[in-house]
Amino acid sequence: MNIIIYISIVLISIGSFLAFMRFVKGPTAADRAIALDTLSVIGIAGLVLLGYLFKRYIYIDLALVYAVLGFIGIIVIARYIEKAL
Amino acid sequence: MDTLNNILTYLGLGFVLLGSIFLFLGALGIYRMPDLYNRLQAGTKASTLGAMSVVLGVGLMQPSWMIKLIVIILFIGISNPLSSHALARASYRRGIRPFFKKKIDAYEQEVEREKQQRKKNQIKVEKVKEVAD
Repeated sequence: MNIIIYISIVLISIGSFLAFMRFVKGPTAADRAIALDTLSVIGIAGLVLLGYLFKRYIYIDLALVYAVLGFIGIIVIARYIEKAL
Repeated sequence: MDTLNNILTYLGLGFVLLGSIFLFLGALGIYRMPDLYNRLQAGTKASTLGAMSVVLGVGLMQPSWMIKLIVIILFIGISNPLSSHALARASYRRGIRPFFKKKIDAYEQEVEREKQQRKKNQIKVEKVKEVAD
């Protein structure tokens, strides 16, 4: 039963490593912003999954706050790329 | 009651596995695609579906957490396409063009037209200032 959740956590960690490699490599700033966006979404899913694994309800609140903050950050970065703030 | 719980648990495990596979594929697309817009496409679509599916699966396994998890699902579904749209628009206006050449690029014409409109408006403002002086 728990083995499927462990497999999912391994897949998610490999995915976050790949996105982080793009974050390091990315030629332009927009590539890095995209990689950061994907990293934050992967982080939300991972937080919810870890919350289920540890049976802690507070991880869900953490995921919600992280979603809101990541969205605002990406919008600000997009405005900065388009023209100066 | 026990069989219902078992069914919900197995359904939730399936959703979690499916979602994590989609998250992995999205991140692979982010790493492998040749171009900014391709990366945006792969990253946003696959990772939105994957995150929604993982959160829904956890909600099926633990039904007392369902309300807040539905709020998270709705927020991901609204915010992720919005942020990717803003990024694509910003990088196009910044001057990053797609890797493969296309025959028709309608948005480029619109951007050019807006630039010319802005120039005309500036000239008008300068003329008005001269008259005022």
